[in-house]
Amino acid sequence: MIPVKIEEKLFQNRYRVDAGRPHINIINQETCRVECKTQECTVCCPAGCYTAEGNGQVVLITDGCLECGTCRIICSTYRNVDWEYPRGGYGILFKFG
Amino acid sequence: MDEKFDAIVIGAGPSGNAAAYTLAKSGLKVLQIERGEYPGSKNVQGAILYSKALEEIIPDFREDAPLERHLIEQQMWVLDDESYIGTTYRSAEFNQEPYNRYTIIRAQFDKWFSKRVQEAGALLVCETTVTNLLMDGNRVIGVQTDRENGAIYADVVVLADGVNSLLAKKAGFHAELEPKDVALAVKEIHFLPEETIQSRFNIGEGEGVVIEMAGKITQGMMGTGFLYTNKDSLTIGVGCMLSDFKQQKITPYELLEKMKAHPAIKPLLAGGEMKEYTAHLIPEGGYKAMPKLYGEGWMIVGDAGMFVNAVHREGSNLAMTTGRYAAEAVIDLKEKKLPMTAANLARYQGRLEDSFVMKDMKKYKNMPEIFHKNNHFFTTYPELLNRAAHTMLTVDGVDKKSKEREIRKSFKQRRSLFGLMGDAFKMWRAFE
Ligand SMILES: Cc1cc2nc3c(=O)[nH]c(=O)nc-3n(C[C@H](O)[C@H](O)[C@H](O)COP(=O)(O)OP(=O)(O)OC[C@H]3O[C@@H](n4cnc5c(N)ncnc54)[C@H](O)[C@@H]3O)c2cc1C
Ligand code: SF4
Ligand code: SF4
Repeated sequence: MIPVKIEEKLFQNRYRVDAGRPHINIINQETCRVECKTQECTVCCPAGCYTAEGNGQVVLITDGCLECGTCRIICSTYRNVDWEYPRGGYGILFKFG
Repeated sequence: MDEKFDAIVIGAGPSGNAAAYTLAKSGLKVLQIERGEYPGSKNVQGAILYSKALEEIIPDFREDAPLERHLIEQQMWVLDDESYIGTTYRSAEFNQEPYNRYTIIRAQFDKWFSKRVQEAGALLVCETTVTNLLMDGNRVIGVQTDRENGAIYADVVVLADGVNSLLAKKAGFHAELEPKDVALAVKEIHFLPEETIQSRFNIGEGEGVVIEMAGKITQGMMGTGFLYTNKDSLTIGVGCMLSDFKQQKITPYELLEKMKAHPAIKPLLAGGEMKEYTAHLIPEGGYKAMPKLYGEGWMIVGDAGMFVNAVHREGSNLAMTTGRYAAEAVIDLKEKKLPMTAANLARYQGRLEDSFVMKDMKKYKNMPEIFHKNNHFFTTYPELLNRAAHTMLTVDGVDKKSKEREIRKSFKQRRSLFGLMGDAFKMWRAFE
Protein backbone atom coordinates (compact mmCIF):
# COMPACT_ATOMS: atom_id res chain seq x y z
CA MET A 1 0.00 0.00 0.00
CA ILE A 2 1.20 3.49 -0.83
CA PRO A 3 1.53 5.53 2.36
CA VAL A 4 -0.83 8.48 2.15
CA LYS A 5 -0.59 11.51 4.32
CA ILE A 6 -4.09 12.89 4.52
CA GLU A 7 -2.81 16.05 6.17
CA GLU A 8 -0.91 16.90 3.00
CA LYS A 9 -4.08 16.67 0.96
CA LEU A 10 -6.13 18.70 3.41
CA PHE A 11 -3.37 21.30 3.49
CA GLN A 12 -4.43 22.34 -0.03
CA ASN A 13 -7.95 23.13 1.17
CA ARG A 14 -9.40 26.34 2.57
CA TYR A 15 -11.19 26.24 5.92
CA ARG A 16 -12.73 28.66 8.34
CA VAL A 17 -12.65 26.65 11.53
CA ASP A 18 -15.25 27.48 14.17
CA ALA A 19 -12.77 27.10 17.02
CA GLY A 20 -14.16 25.39 20.08
CA ARG A 21 -17.49 24.62 18.40
CA PRO A 22 -17.19 21.23 16.66
CA HIS A 23 -20.26 20.52 14.51
CA ILE A 24 -19.91 16.76 14.96
CA ASN A 25 -19.72 14.94 18.27
CA ILE A 26 -19.50 11.35 19.37
CA ILE A 27 -22.54 10.84 21.57
CA ASN A 28 -21.15 8.17 23.88
CA GLN A 29 -17.41 7.50 24.03
CA GLU A 30 -17.98 4.25 25.89
CA THR A 31 -19.99 2.84 23.00
CA CYS A 32 -17.01 3.34 20.71
CA ARG A 33 -14.56 1.99 23.22
CA VAL A 34 -16.44 -1.05 24.48
CA GLU A 35 -19.19 -2.02 22.08
CA CYS A 36 -18.19 -1.01 18.57
CA LYS A 37 -15.71 -3.60 17.36
CA THR A 38 -15.55 -2.42 13.75
CA GLN A 39 -15.03 1.34 14.23
CA GLU A 40 -15.73 2.10 10.58
CA CYS A 41 -15.52 5.83 11.13
CA THR A 42 -11.76 5.49 11.64
CA VAL A 43 -11.38 4.01 8.14
CA CYS A 44 -14.13 5.60 6.08
CA CYS A 45 -13.83 9.28 6.95
CA PRO A 46 -12.26 10.84 3.84
CA ALA A 47 -10.52 13.46 5.97
CA GLY A 48 -9.19 11.09 8.62
CA CYS A 49 -10.99 12.98 11.40
CA TYR A 50 -11.51 9.86 13.53
CA THR A 51 -8.49 8.16 15.04
CA ALA A 52 -8.43 4.78 16.74
CA GLU A 53 -6.21 5.17 19.75
CA GLY A 54 -5.39 1.48 20.01
CA ASN A 55 -6.90 1.11 23.48
CA GLY A 56 -10.39 1.05 21.96
CA GLN A 57 -10.88 4.76 22.31
CA VAL A 58 -11.81 6.85 19.30
CA VAL A 59 -10.83 10.50 19.04
CA LEU A 60 -12.66 12.90 16.74
CA ILE A 61 -11.11 16.18 15.57
CA THR A 62 -13.34 17.96 13.08
CA ASP A 63 -10.96 20.69 11.86
CA GLY A 64 -10.31 18.96 8.51
CA CYS A 65 -13.91 17.84 8.03
CA LEU A 66 -15.23 17.97 4.46
CA GLU A 67 -18.84 17.88 5.68
CA CYS A 68 -19.70 14.82 3.62
CA GLY A 69 -21.93 12.96 6.11
CA THR A 70 -20.19 9.59 5.82
CA CYS A 71 -19.49 9.15 9.54
CA ARG A 72 -23.13 9.74 10.46
CA ILE A 73 -24.52 7.25 7.95
CA ILE A 74 -21.85 4.62 8.40
CA CYS A 75 -22.37 4.41 12.17
CA SER A 76 -25.63 2.63 11.44
CA THR A 77 -25.47 0.04 14.23
CA TYR A 78 -25.02 2.42 17.15
CA ARG A 79 -26.17 5.76 15.72
CA ASN A 80 -23.50 7.26 17.93
CA VAL A 81 -22.68 10.36 15.87
CA ASP A 82 -24.38 13.68 16.55
CA TRP A 83 -24.01 15.48 13.23
CA GLU A 84 -24.90 19.05 12.32
CA TYR A 85 -23.64 21.45 9.68
CA PRO A 86 -21.23 24.09 10.95
CA ARG A 87 -22.61 27.56 11.63
CA GLY A 88 -23.25 29.51 8.46
CA GLY A 89 -20.00 30.58 6.78
CA TYR A 90 -17.77 28.22 8.80
CA GLY A 91 -16.14 24.95 7.87
CA ILE A 92 -14.80 23.86 4.50
CA LEU A 93 -14.68 26.48 1.75
CA PHE A 94 -14.19 24.80 -1.58
CA LYS A 95 -12.28 26.88 -4.10
CA PHE A 96 -13.17 24.57 -6.98
CA GLY A 97 -15.44 21.81 -5.67
CA MET B 1 -36.83 39.50 9.34
CA ASP B 2 -40.53 39.93 10.03
CA GLU B 3 -41.77 39.94 6.48
CA LYS B 4 -43.30 36.86 4.97
CA PHE B 5 -42.19 35.37 1.68
CA ASP B 6 -44.11 33.56 -1.01
CA ALA B 7 -41.42 30.90 -0.96
CA ILE B 8 -38.20 30.04 0.85
CA VAL B 9 -35.62 27.94 -0.98
CA ILE B 10 -33.01 26.22 1.19
CA GLY B 11 -29.72 25.73 -0.65
CA ALA B 12 -28.03 27.36 -3.63
CA GLY B 13 -26.88 24.30 -5.55
CA PRO B 14 -28.34 23.55 -9.00
CA SER B 15 -31.72 22.43 -7.62
CA GLY B 16 -32.16 25.44 -5.34
CA ASN B 17 -30.93 27.86 -7.97
CA ALA B 18 -33.29 26.44 -10.58
CA ALA B 19 -36.20 26.70 -8.16
CA ALA B 20 -35.37 30.21 -6.93
CA TYR B 21 -34.74 31.47 -10.47
CA THR B 22 -38.03 30.15 -11.80
CA LEU B 23 -40.01 31.48 -8.83
CA ALA B 24 -38.39 34.92 -8.91
CA LYS B 25 -38.77 35.23 -12.68
CA SER B 26 -42.54 34.83 -12.27
CA GLY B 27 -42.57 37.76 -9.87
CA LEU B 28 -42.94 35.89 -6.62
CA LYS B 29 -41.21 37.04 -3.46
CA VAL B 30 -38.43 34.53 -2.87
CA LEU B 31 -35.85 34.12 -0.15
CA GLN B 32 -32.96 31.72 -0.75
CA ILE B 33 -30.74 30.64 2.13
CA GLU B 34 -27.27 29.15 1.70
CA ARG B 35 -24.93 28.04 4.48
CA GLY B 36 -21.73 28.51 2.48
CA GLU B 37 -19.70 31.71 2.30
CA TYR B 38 -20.88 31.94 -1.31
CA PRO B 39 -22.94 29.56 -3.47
CA GLY B 40 -20.73 26.64 -4.46
CA SER B 41 -18.34 26.83 -1.52
CA LYS B 42 -19.82 23.61 -0.09
CA ASN B 43 -20.49 21.80 -3.32
CA VAL B 44 -18.68 19.07 -5.23
CA GLN B 45 -19.24 17.61 -8.66
CA GLY B 46 -17.15 15.77 -11.32
CA ALA B 47 -18.27 17.85 -13.10
CA ILE B 48 -20.20 17.41 -16.30
CA LEU B 49 -22.96 19.81 -17.16
CA TYR B 50 -25.73 18.62 -19.45
CA SER B 51 -26.92 21.61 -21.47
CA LYS B 52 -30.54 20.66 -21.90
CA ALA B 53 -31.71 21.05 -18.30
CA LEU B 54 -30.05 24.45 -17.96
CA GLU B 55 -31.16 25.62 -21.39
CA GLU B 56 -34.76 25.18 -20.36
CA ILE B 57 -34.18 27.59 -17.50
CA ILE B 58 -31.60 30.02 -18.91
CA PRO B 59 -31.58 29.63 -22.72
CA ASP B 60 -28.63 31.99 -23.21
CA PHE B 61 -26.44 30.46 -20.48
CA ARG B 62 -23.54 29.95 -22.90
CA GLU B 63 -23.02 33.69 -23.13
CA ASP B 64 -21.48 34.11 -19.72
CA ALA B 65 -21.53 30.85 -17.76
CA PRO B 66 -18.08 29.64 -16.67
CA LEU B 67 -17.79 26.59 -18.92
CA GLU B 68 -14.47 24.75 -19.06
CA ARG B 69 -14.51 22.56 -22.19
CA HIS B 70 -17.21 21.09 -24.40
CA LEU B 71 -16.93 17.32 -24.67
CA ILE B 72 -16.03 15.73 -27.95
CA GLU B 73 -14.87 12.35 -26.72
CA GLN B 74 -16.02 9.75 -24.22
CA GLN B 75 -13.83 6.89 -23.08
CA MET B 76 -14.87 3.93 -20.95
CA TRP B 77 -12.13 1.95 -19.29
CA VAL B 78 -12.30 -1.40 -17.55
CA LEU B 79 -9.20 -1.71 -15.45
CA ASP B 80 -7.15 -4.58 -14.16
CA ASP B 81 -4.21 -3.96 -11.84
CA GLU B 82 -1.74 -3.15 -14.58
CA SER B 83 -3.87 -2.68 -17.66
CA TYR B 84 -7.15 -1.47 -19.02
CA ILE B 85 -9.37 -2.34 -21.93
CA GLY B 86 -11.65 0.36 -23.18
CA THR B 87 -13.77 2.00 -25.78
CA THR B 88 -13.53 5.47 -27.22
CA TYR B 89 -16.23 7.43 -28.89
CA ARG B 90 -15.28 10.68 -30.56
CA SER B 91 -17.47 12.52 -33.00
CA ALA B 92 -17.13 15.70 -35.04
CA GLU B 93 -20.84 16.18 -34.37
CA PHE B 94 -19.95 16.96 -30.75
CA ASN B 95 -17.95 19.85 -32.13
CA GLN B 96 -20.99 21.55 -33.59
CA GLU B 97 -22.70 24.29 -31.67
CA PRO B 98 -24.76 24.38 -29.59
CA TYR B 99 -22.65 21.95 -27.58
CA ASN B 100 -24.35 19.26 -25.59
CA ARG B 101 -22.06 18.64 -22.62
CA TYR B 102 -19.42 20.70 -20.85
CA THR B 103 -17.02 20.27 -17.99
CA ILE B 104 -17.54 22.85 -15.24
CA ILE B 105 -16.00 23.75 -11.88
CA ARG B 106 -18.82 23.86 -9.36
CA ALA B 107 -17.59 26.63 -7.08
CA GLN B 108 -17.48 28.93 -10.10
CA PHE B 109 -20.58 27.63 -11.82
CA ASP B 110 -22.82 27.88 -8.75
CA LYS B 111 -21.67 31.44 -8.18
CA TRP B 112 -22.61 32.35 -11.75
CA PHE B 113 -25.99 30.63 -11.54
CA SER B 114 -26.68 32.42 -8.29
CA LYS B 115 -25.91 35.79 -9.84
CA ARG B 116 -28.58 35.07 -12.42
CA VAL B 117 -30.99 34.07 -9.65
CA GLN B 118 -30.44 37.36 -7.87
CA GLU B 119 -30.83 39.32 -11.09
CA ALA B 120 -34.18 37.58 -11.52
CA GLY B 121 -35.22 39.12 -8.22
CA ALA B 122 -34.66 36.52 -5.51
CA LEU B 123 -33.14 37.60 -2.21
CA LEU B 124 -30.10 35.48 -1.33
CA VAL B 125 -28.70 35.21 2.18
CA CYS B 126 -25.38 33.34 2.50
CA GLU B 127 -23.40 32.21 5.57
CA THR B 128 -26.67 31.15 7.15
CA THR B 129 -27.52 27.59 8.10
CA VAL B 130 -31.15 26.58 8.38
CA THR B 131 -31.32 24.59 11.60
CA ASN B 132 -34.97 23.50 11.58
CA LEU B 133 -38.21 23.78 9.71
CA LEU B 134 -40.90 25.73 11.55
CA MET B 135 -44.07 23.73 11.83
CA ASP B 136 -47.67 24.42 12.68
CA GLY B 137 -48.94 20.91 13.31
CA ASN B 138 -47.84 19.01 10.25
CA ARG B 139 -47.63 22.11 8.10
CA VAL B 140 -44.32 23.79 7.32
CA ILE B 141 -44.69 27.53 7.84
CA GLY B 142 -41.10 28.72 7.67
CA VAL B 143 -37.54 28.07 8.73
CA GLN B 144 -35.34 28.60 11.75
CA THR B 145 -31.81 29.79 10.97
CA ASP B 146 -28.68 30.16 13.07
CA ARG B 147 -28.85 33.96 12.82
CA GLU B 148 -30.15 36.13 15.60
CA ASN B 149 -33.96 36.38 15.40
CA GLY B 150 -33.56 33.67 12.82
CA ALA B 151 -37.20 32.65 12.22
CA ILE B 152 -38.53 33.42 8.74
CA TYR B 153 -41.95 32.59 7.34
CA ALA B 154 -43.27 31.64 3.91
CA ASP B 155 -46.22 29.98 2.21
CA VAL B 156 -44.04 27.17 0.97
CA VAL B 157 -40.51 25.87 1.65
CA VAL B 158 -38.47 24.16 -1.06
CA LEU B 159 -35.88 21.80 0.41
CA ALA B 160 -32.90 21.94 -1.96
CA ASP B 161 -30.38 21.15 0.75
CA GLY B 162 -28.57 18.27 -0.90
CA VAL B 163 -27.85 14.62 -0.23
CA ASN B 164 -27.71 14.68 3.57
CA SER B 165 -31.20 16.19 3.71
CA LEU B 166 -30.93 16.87 7.42
CA LEU B 167 -33.93 19.16 7.65
CA ALA B 168 -36.48 16.73 6.26
CA LYS B 169 -35.02 14.08 8.55
CA LYS B 170 -35.36 16.28 11.62
CA ALA B 171 -38.94 17.06 10.65
CA GLY B 172 -39.65 13.35 10.39
CA PHE B 173 -40.44 13.39 6.66
CA HIS B 174 -38.06 10.53 6.03
CA ALA B 175 -35.61 8.24 7.80
CA GLU B 176 -31.80 8.34 7.87
CA LEU B 177 -30.03 7.26 4.68
CA GLU B 178 -28.77 3.70 4.59
CA PRO B 179 -25.15 2.95 3.67
CA LYS B 180 -26.34 0.93 0.67
CA ASP B 181 -28.12 3.96 -0.80
CA VAL B 182 -25.22 6.42 -0.93
CA ALA B 183 -21.82 6.47 -2.54
CA LEU B 184 -18.85 8.36 -1.16
CA ALA B 185 -16.73 10.05 -3.81
CA VAL B 186 -13.31 11.59 -3.26
CA LYS B 187 -11.61 13.68 -5.86
CA GLU B 188 -8.72 15.99 -6.61
CA ILE B 189 -8.09 18.77 -9.04
CA HIS B 190 -4.68 18.94 -10.73
CA PHE B 191 -3.54 22.00 -12.65
CA LEU B 192 -1.56 21.76 -15.89
CA PRO B 193 -0.96 24.20 -18.73
CA GLU B 194 -3.81 24.33 -21.22
CA GLU B 195 -1.52 23.24 -24.09
CA THR B 196 -0.24 20.24 -22.15
CA ILE B 197 -3.79 19.03 -21.60
CA GLN B 198 -4.59 19.53 -25.27
CA SER B 199 -1.60 17.59 -26.55
CA ARG B 200 -1.91 14.89 -23.91
CA PHE B 201 -5.53 14.19 -24.76
CA ASN B 202 -5.26 14.97 -28.45
CA ILE B 203 -7.80 17.77 -28.37
CA GLY B 204 -8.01 21.35 -29.57
CA GLU B 205 -8.74 24.53 -27.71
CA GLY B 206 -12.02 24.35 -25.82
CA GLU B 207 -12.45 20.64 -26.55
CA GLY B 208 -12.69 18.09 -23.78
CA VAL B 209 -12.51 14.39 -22.97
CA VAL B 210 -14.32 12.27 -20.40
CA ILE B 211 -12.89 9.02 -19.10
CA GLU B 212 -15.21 6.84 -17.01
CA MET B 213 -13.59 3.89 -15.27
CA ALA B 214 -14.63 0.66 -13.62
CA GLY B 215 -12.80 -2.41 -12.38
CA LYS B 216 -9.93 -3.07 -10.01
CA ILE B 217 -9.55 0.59 -9.08
CA THR B 218 -12.45 0.16 -6.65
CA GLN B 219 -10.82 -2.88 -4.99
CA GLY B 220 -13.91 -5.01 -5.41
CA MET B 221 -16.31 -2.38 -4.19
CA MET B 222 -19.32 -1.25 -6.19
CA GLY B 223 -18.19 2.01 -7.70
CA THR B 224 -16.51 3.87 -10.53
CA GLY B 225 -13.72 6.29 -11.23
CA PHE B 226 -13.50 9.27 -13.52
CA LEU B 227 -11.07 11.67 -15.11
CA TYR B 228 -12.32 14.87 -16.75
CA THR B 229 -10.49 17.59 -18.64
CA ASN B 230 -11.06 21.20 -17.64
CA LYS B 231 -9.48 24.18 -19.33
CA ASP B 232 -6.21 24.15 -17.39
CA SER B 233 -6.86 21.38 -14.90
CA LEU B 234 -7.89 17.74 -14.62
CA THR B 235 -10.28 16.31 -12.08
CA ILE B 236 -9.76 12.74 -10.99
CA GLY B 237 -11.94 10.89 -8.55
CA VAL B 238 -13.38 7.62 -7.40
CA GLY B 239 -16.62 6.76 -5.66
CA CYS B 240 -17.95 3.60 -4.02
CA MET B 241 -21.04 2.63 -2.08
CA LEU B 242 -20.83 3.31 1.65
CA SER B 243 -22.07 -0.21 2.40
CA ASP B 244 -18.96 -1.52 0.63
CA PHE B 245 -16.61 1.00 2.22
CA LYS B 246 -18.00 -0.14 5.55
CA GLN B 247 -16.69 -3.65 5.01
CA GLN B 248 -13.27 -2.67 3.71
CA LYS B 249 -10.14 -1.66 5.48
CA ILE B 250 -9.02 0.78 2.80
CA THR B 251 -9.46 4.49 3.37
CA PRO B 252 -11.02 6.63 0.63
CA TYR B 253 -7.80 8.58 0.12
CA GLU B 254 -5.72 5.40 -0.18
CA LEU B 255 -8.15 4.22 -2.82
CA LEU B 256 -7.71 7.46 -4.75
CA GLU B 257 -3.94 7.36 -4.36
CA LYS B 258 -3.79 3.78 -5.70
CA MET B 259 -5.92 4.74 -8.64
CA LYS B 260 -3.67 7.69 -9.43
CA ALA B 261 -0.68 5.34 -9.43
CA HIS B 262 -2.22 3.01 -12.03
CA PRO B 263 0.21 2.74 -14.97
CA ALA B 264 -2.44 3.97 -17.41
CA ILE B 265 -3.52 6.94 -15.29
CA LYS B 266 -0.28 8.20 -13.82
CA PRO B 267 1.17 9.60 -17.08
CA LEU B 268 -2.02 11.58 -17.69
CA LEU B 269 -1.54 13.44 -14.41
CA ALA B 270 2.22 13.81 -14.62
CA GLY B 271 3.54 17.25 -13.77
CA GLY B 272 0.22 18.53 -12.48
CA GLU B 273 -0.17 20.55 -9.31
CA MET B 274 -2.84 19.30 -6.92
CA LYS B 275 -4.77 22.24 -5.53
CA GLU B 276 -7.79 20.77 -3.76
CA TYR B 277 -9.00 17.51 -2.28
CA THR B 278 -12.74 17.08 -1.85
CA ALA B 279 -15.27 14.49 -0.73
CA HIS B 280 -19.03 14.33 -1.14
CA LEU B 281 -21.84 11.81 -1.02
CA ILE B 282 -23.94 10.85 -4.02
CA PRO B 283 -27.46 9.49 -3.45
CA GLU B 284 -27.45 6.35 -5.59
CA GLY B 285 -30.23 4.31 -4.02
CA GLY B 286 -32.47 4.94 -7.01
CA TYR B 287 -36.22 4.86 -7.26
CA LYS B 288 -36.77 2.37 -4.45
CA ALA B 289 -34.92 4.57 -1.97
CA MET B 290 -36.72 7.80 -2.82
CA PRO B 291 -38.39 9.66 0.05
CA LYS B 292 -41.77 11.35 0.00
CA LEU B 293 -41.32 14.43 -2.15
CA TYR B 294 -43.96 16.85 -0.89
CA GLY B 295 -46.33 17.54 1.96
CA GLU B 296 -48.14 20.40 3.70
CA GLY B 297 -46.20 23.49 2.68
CA TRP B 298 -43.00 21.71 1.52
CA MET B 299 -41.34 20.03 -1.42
CA ILE B 300 -38.01 18.23 -1.83
CA VAL B 301 -35.88 18.68 -4.96
CA GLY B 302 -32.49 17.49 -6.24
CA ASP B 303 -30.11 15.26 -4.28
CA ALA B 304 -32.24 15.56 -1.15
CA GLY B 305 -34.92 13.64 -3.05
CA MET B 306 -32.46 10.95 -4.30
CA PHE B 307 -32.71 12.30 -7.85
CA VAL B 308 -29.58 10.75 -9.33
CA ASN B 309 -29.23 8.38 -12.25
CA ALA B 310 -26.03 6.60 -11.28
CA VAL B 311 -25.71 4.57 -14.47
CA HIS B 312 -25.66 7.67 -16.67
CA ARG B 313 -23.94 9.85 -14.07
CA GLU B 314 -26.77 12.33 -14.12
CA GLY B 315 -27.52 14.41 -11.06
CA SER B 316 -27.15 18.13 -11.63
CA ASN B 317 -29.56 18.01 -14.56
CA LEU B 318 -32.17 16.18 -12.48
CA ALA B 319 -31.55 18.71 -9.71
CA MET B 320 -32.26 21.61 -12.07
CA THR B 321 -35.29 19.96 -13.62
CA THR B 322 -36.87 19.00 -10.29
CA GLY B 323 -36.16 22.48 -8.92
CA ARG B 324 -37.93 23.99 -11.90
CA TYR B 325 -40.93 21.66 -11.64
CA ALA B 326 -41.36 22.42 -7.95
CA ALA B 327 -41.28 26.14 -8.72
CA GLU B 328 -43.81 25.73 -11.50
CA ALA B 329 -46.17 23.95 -9.13
CA VAL B 330 -45.97 26.93 -6.76
CA ILE B 331 -46.47 29.44 -9.57
CA ASP B 332 -49.52 27.56 -10.77
CA LEU B 333 -51.07 27.50 -7.30
CA LYS B 334 -50.32 31.18 -6.75
CA GLU B 335 -51.98 32.10 -10.03
CA LYS B 336 -55.05 30.12 -9.07
CA LYS B 337 -54.91 31.55 -5.53
CA LEU B 338 -54.84 28.04 -4.07
CA PRO B 339 -53.12 27.16 -0.76
CA MET B 340 -49.84 25.19 -0.57
CA THR B 341 -51.44 22.05 0.80
CA ALA B 342 -50.13 18.55 0.16
CA ALA B 343 -53.13 17.84 -2.05
CA ASN B 344 -52.35 20.86 -4.20
CA LEU B 345 -48.58 20.34 -4.24
CA ALA B 346 -49.21 16.83 -5.55
CA ARG B 347 -49.02 18.46 -8.97
CA TYR B 348 -45.24 18.52 -8.49
CA GLN B 349 -45.22 14.73 -8.25
CA GLY B 350 -47.57 14.55 -11.22
CA ARG B 351 -45.21 16.66 -13.28
CA LEU B 352 -42.29 14.43 -12.31
CA GLU B 353 -44.20 11.29 -13.25
CA ASP B 354 -45.00 12.64 -16.71
CA SER B 355 -41.41 13.58 -17.43
CA PHE B 356 -38.13 11.80 -18.17
CA VAL B 357 -37.20 12.26 -14.52
CA MET B 358 -39.44 9.58 -13.03
CA LYS B 359 -39.47 7.50 -16.18
CA ASP B 360 -35.69 7.14 -15.93
CA MET B 361 -35.74 6.65 -12.16
CA LYS B 362 -38.19 3.79 -12.66
CA LYS B 363 -36.37 2.30 -15.61
CA TYR B 364 -33.24 1.77 -13.53
CA LYS B 365 -34.96 0.88 -10.29
CA ASN B 366 -33.37 -2.59 -10.09
CA MET B 367 -29.89 -1.46 -10.98
CA PRO B 368 -28.54 -0.76 -7.48
CA GLU B 369 -29.68 -4.16 -6.23
CA ILE B 370 -28.19 -6.02 -9.18
CA PHE B 371 -24.82 -4.42 -8.63
CA HIS B 372 -24.95 -4.97 -4.88
CA LYS B 373 -25.61 -8.67 -5.35
CA ASN B 374 -23.15 -9.18 -8.18
CA ASN B 375 -19.88 -7.94 -6.96
CA HIS B 376 -17.99 -9.89 -9.70
CA PHE B 377 -18.99 -7.11 -12.12
CA PHE B 378 -16.30 -5.09 -10.32
CA THR B 379 -13.71 -7.81 -9.76
CA THR B 380 -13.78 -10.93 -11.90
CA TYR B 381 -15.00 -9.41 -15.15
CA PRO B 382 -12.47 -6.59 -15.39
CA GLU B 383 -9.71 -9.11 -14.84
CA LEU B 384 -11.08 -11.58 -17.37
CA LEU B 385 -11.61 -8.93 -20.02
CA ASN B 386 -8.10 -7.63 -19.62
CA ARG B 387 -6.62 -11.13 -19.71
CA ALA B 388 -8.61 -11.90 -22.83
CA ALA B 389 -7.30 -8.80 -24.57
CA HIS B 390 -3.80 -9.62 -23.46
CA THR B 391 -4.04 -13.16 -24.78
CA MET B 392 -5.39 -12.07 -28.16
CA LEU B 393 -2.84 -9.28 -28.58
CA THR B 394 0.26 -11.18 -27.56
CA VAL B 395 1.98 -12.56 -30.64
CA ASP B 396 3.52 -15.78 -29.39
CA GLY B 397 3.03 -18.44 -32.03
CA VAL B 398 -0.23 -19.81 -30.58
CA ASP B 399 -3.03 -19.88 -33.15
CA LYS B 400 -6.04 -17.63 -32.62
CA LYS B 401 -8.54 -20.45 -32.34
CA SER B 402 -6.67 -21.97 -29.41
CA LYS B 403 -6.48 -18.55 -27.83
CA GLU B 404 -10.22 -18.12 -28.10
CA ARG B 405 -10.69 -21.52 -26.53
CA GLU B 406 -8.41 -20.54 -23.68
CA ILE B 407 -10.34 -17.30 -23.09
CA ARG B 408 -13.67 -19.08 -23.12
CA LYS B 409 -12.32 -21.61 -20.68
CA SER B 410 -11.04 -18.95 -18.29
CA PHE B 411 -14.40 -17.18 -18.29
CA LYS B 412 -16.18 -20.42 -17.52
CA GLN B 413 -13.71 -21.42 -14.87
CA ARG B 414 -14.17 -18.19 -12.99
CA ARG B 415 -17.89 -18.01 -13.55
CA SER B 416 -20.09 -20.91 -14.65
CA LEU B 417 -21.76 -20.78 -18.02
CA PHE B 418 -25.01 -20.45 -16.16
CA GLY B 419 -23.62 -17.53 -14.23
CA LEU B 420 -22.44 -15.84 -17.41
CA MET B 421 -25.83 -16.19 -19.03
CA GLY B 422 -27.51 -15.01 -15.85
CA ASP B 423 -25.32 -11.91 -15.79
CA ALA B 424 -26.07 -11.09 -19.40
CA PHE B 425 -29.76 -11.48 -18.70
CA LYS B 426 -29.63 -9.34 -15.56
CA MET B 427 -27.82 -6.57 -17.36
CA TRP B 428 -30.22 -6.71 -20.23
CA ARG B 429 -33.21 -6.54 -17.90
CA ALA B 430 -31.72 -3.68 -15.95
CA PHE B 431 -30.97 -1.57 -19.01
CA GLU B 432 -34.06 -2.59 -21.02
C1 LIG C 1 -17.89 13.49 -7.19
C2 LIG C 1 -19.20 13.79 -7.82
C3 LIG C 1 -19.31 13.81 -9.21
C4 LIG C 1 -20.52 14.12 -9.82
N1 LIG C 1 -20.55 14.20 -11.17
C5 LIG C 1 -21.67 14.63 -11.77
C6 LIG C 1 -21.67 14.90 -13.16
O1 LIG C 1 -20.64 14.76 -13.83
N2 LIG C 1 -22.81 15.34 -13.74
C7 LIG C 1 -23.95 15.55 -13.02
O2 LIG C 1 -24.95 15.96 -13.59
N3 LIG C 1 -23.99 15.30 -11.70
C8 LIG C 1 -22.88 14.85 -11.05
N4 LIG C 1 -22.88 14.67 -9.69
C9 LIG C 1 -24.14 14.88 -8.94
C10 LIG C 1 -24.43 16.36 -8.72
O3 LIG C 1 -23.30 16.98 -8.16
C11 LIG C 1 -25.62 16.52 -7.77
O4 LIG C 1 -26.68 15.73 -8.22
C12 LIG C 1 -26.07 17.96 -7.66
O5 LIG C 1 -25.06 18.77 -7.14
C13 LIG C 1 -27.31 18.08 -6.78
O6 LIG C 1 -27.68 19.41 -6.65
P1 LIG C 1 -28.51 19.92 -5.40
O7 LIG C 1 -28.77 21.36 -5.63
O8 LIG C 1 -29.67 19.03 -5.17
O9 LIG C 1 -27.56 19.71 -4.14
P2 LIG C 1 -26.18 20.43 -3.77
O10 LIG C 1 -25.44 20.78 -4.99
O11 LIG C 1 -25.53 19.56 -2.78
O12 LIG C 1 -26.62 21.79 -3.07
C14 LIG C 1 -27.17 21.84 -1.78
C15 LIG C 1 -26.94 23.22 -1.22
O13 LIG C 1 -27.67 23.41 -0.02
C16 LIG C 1 -26.86 24.03 0.96
N5 LIG C 1 -27.38 23.61 2.27
C17 LIG C 1 -27.50 22.35 2.74
N6 LIG C 1 -28.07 22.35 3.95
C18 LIG C 1 -28.32 23.64 4.26
C19 LIG C 1 -28.89 24.28 5.40
N7 LIG C 1 -29.33 23.57 6.44
N8 LIG C 1 -28.99 25.63 5.41
C20 LIG C 1 -28.54 26.35 4.35
N9 LIG C 1 -28.01 25.80 3.24
C21 LIG C 1 -27.89 24.46 3.20
C22 LIG C 1 -25.46 23.50 0.65
O14 LIG C 1 -24.47 24.35 1.18
C23 LIG C 1 -25.48 23.47 -0.87
O15 LIG C 1 -25.08 24.69 -1.44
C24 LIG C 1 -21.68 14.37 -9.04
C25 LIG C 1 -21.58 14.34 -7.65
C26 LIG C 1 -20.36 14.08 -7.03
C27 LIG C 1 -20.27 14.10 -5.55
S1 SF4 D 1 -18.58 3.72 14.05
FE1 SF4 D 1 -19.82 4.85 15.54
S2 SF4 D 1 -19.82 3.61 17.41
FE2 SF4 D 1 -18.17 2.84 16.09
S3 SF4 D 1 -16.34 3.91 16.77
FE3 SF4 D 1 -17.21 5.14 15.11
S4 SF4 D 1 -18.58 6.61 16.09
FE4 SF4 D 1 -18.11 5.03 17.63
S1 SF4 E 1 -18.59 14.48 7.72
FE1 SF4 E 1 -17.18 13.34 6.38
S2 SF4 E 1 -15.25 14.44 6.53
FE2 SF4 E 1 -16.49 15.16 8.24
S3 SF4 E 1 -15.90 13.85 9.96
FE3 SF4 E 1 -17.70 12.87 9.00
S4 SF4 E 1 -16.84 11.44 7.50
FE4 SF4 E 1 -15.18 12.84 8.09
